[in-house]
Amino acid sequence: MAKLNLILLAAVVICALATVASNHRARKLFIEFENEQKRMRDLEVEWSQLQLEQSTWANHSRVEKIARDKLTMHPPVAGHIVSVGQP
Amino acid sequence: MKVKFSHSPLLGQPLPAWRSRLVLILLLLGFATLAGRSLFLQGFNNEFLIKKGESRYERVIEISATRGRILDRNGDVLAISTPVKSIWAIPEDTQLTPAQARELAALLEMDVRELNHKLAAEKDFVFIKRQISPEQADRVAALNLAGIHQQREYRRYYPAGEVMSHLIGFTGVDDAGQEGVELALNAQLTGKNGSRRVIKDRRGQIVEDVESINQPVEGKDVTLAIDAKIQYLAYSHLKQAVTENKAKAGGIVVLDARTGEVLALANLPTYNPNNRVRLAGAQLRNRAFTDTFEPGSTMKPFTAALALDKGKFRFDTQIQTSPGRLTIGTATISDAHAHGMLTVAQVIQKSSNIGVSKMALSMAPETMWTMFDSAGFGHPLKLGFPGEVGGRLRPFKNWRPIEQATMSYGHGISVTLIQLARAYMAFAREGDLLPLSLTRVDNAPTAGQQVFSGQTAREVRSMLQMVVEPGGTAPKAQISGYRVAGKTGTANKLEGGYYADKFVASFVGFAPVSDPRLIVAVMVDEPSGAKHFGGDVAAPVFAQVMAGCLRTLGVASDAPLKPLDVVAAAVEEP
Repeated sequence: MAKLNLILLAAVVICALATVASNHRARKLFIEFENEQKRMRDLEVEWSQLQLEQSTWANHSRVEKIARDKLTMHPPVAGHIVSVGQP
Repeated sequence: MKVKFSHSPLLGQPLPAWRSRLVLILLLLGFATLAGRSLFLQGFNNEFLIKKGESRYERVIEISATRGRILDRNGDVLAISTPVKSIWAIPEDTQLTPAQARELAALLEMDVRELNHKLAAEKDFVFIKRQISPEQADRVAALNLAGIHQQREYRRYYPAGEVMSHLIGFTGVDDAGQEGVELALNAQLTGKNGSRRVIKDRRGQIVEDVESINQPVEGKDVTLAIDAKIQYLAYSHLKQAVTENKAKAGGIVVLDARTGEVLALANLPTYNPNNRVRLAGAQLRNRAFTDTFEPGSTMKPFTAALALDKGKFRFDTQIQTSPGRLTIGTATISDAHAHGMLTVAQVIQKSSNIGVSKMALSMAPETMWTMFDSAGFGHPLKLGFPGEVGGRLRPFKNWRPIEQATMSYGHGISVTLIQLARAYMAFAREGDLLPLSLTRVDNAPTAGQQVFSGQTAREVRSMLQMVVEPGGTAPKAQISGYRVAGKTGTANKLEGGYYADKFVASFVGFAPVSDPRLIVAVMVDEPSGAKHFGGDVAAPVFAQVMAGCLRTLGVASDAPLKPLDVVAAAVEEP
């Protein structure tokens, strides 16, 4: 009888320790998860800033200015357009 | 050894039994009270204590939702929110040394006196500077000043700037739409902040999610029908025309004839939505929607189409317009030049007021009113734009014959540019009108509301093509490689009930005639240069924009690609 009690006591102690350990691990994982989510939000912010930057650089007026002034391009004159097929 | 504690005979007396029992009962009662109280606190009335306990480790944190983006039809960003920081302070808590104040003011790019003035305020909360960049905010945070705090906010950016400002509009500092699409589609764009309850540990880290109180709802992206490339073409050519003709204002609308989408819409004067420091009413006006004007001759095709539709006239019916004057009642209307006998087609080509008036007077006022009404004049288009107006179309019951005549050539009736552009869709299509759409349409309706018969629409289309041919009023509207059709308008402006010596020059047209794809309407208000006719001021803008758009969209040409004398000069830009 005393032997059985001892075994049960040991089992209870082990279970209790395991519960504490897994709870701790769950919290650690959760913190990691939170950090990843924060990283996701930061990346989203960065993405929106990059989109803004891209559309600023690709602004049509800027492209036209560079094409005209820097690359000395101009729209083709009527006689110089050749249509090569139907879309 | 036995010790005797008491020798007193009194203590040898036996105590009465009730006394020990009383003590026992009192003790038991005490225990029962404690047990009851703890049962009460633990079991029945435990909410208060649980709340107190939770407040020691639980926190509610806000999850911010961003406002949706506005995209053009190809996915280019037209408006986007990015996070910024606002710096605020509790004046009581701030003790800045003069050196610190100078440093902070320099970082925030503001005056030291202004900063000190704000911090001297008798308030619990003051904004020092709103909407600064995150980098700037980080440098402020690095100063580590007591009583200076930061708050995360969103700011809206418009990469296209003044090119698209009227259409897109803008939001206020509280991130709610105030103008344009931002206001019209505000409900869709706005996100809803959520919140959740979490457990934080000693170091402020979140260790457990308790519950999500409100799920955040992210604002939805809106994809407009606008094509950023076409918009830029339209804007830049309109701007050039307004500058060259020293005009007061201008507007341009580009519609897709197949789907009813608004591909471009620009007004001048305009403003930069990213920097709205000095903003005047004139710049803010979305003229294409909110300003009506008397359209002048651009209305003539509608009267002619109605006359054809009712079978009163054929395209080759002869009309006498000589001697260039016509007296109706007490008023006399006249043509710029006397033309003599003209066919209906020539009346449109030469833009004869008398010819079209004679057609109008052969019809009942009610018939004309019904046509104008179904073409969309006199009532707003209801696209959800702020300040959208419907123009003026008086009830037919009190039309006098002279009014009916002037209305046939676009006086005594007023329209907005977008209404006019949409009405021309009837000629560009088979006589039917589609509802307009600001957002991209993926499944276009095949047929809209019928205004004229298909046969009439085709006949008017070929008349409108004659307008841009030699002998018409707008040879400058021609484009190499495409057949175009359109109509000029040059209307005197009404000022205080009288027609002043000021004009509105307009041109509305579509191309390619063989299978119309685009409708472009141009309006130039008060051109005060050497020329003021629609054919000289508005038609070149139409040609440049239309040529650019057709090329951009890769529309198949339906005419030989040969240089046109008049167009070669127009297409080759400075």
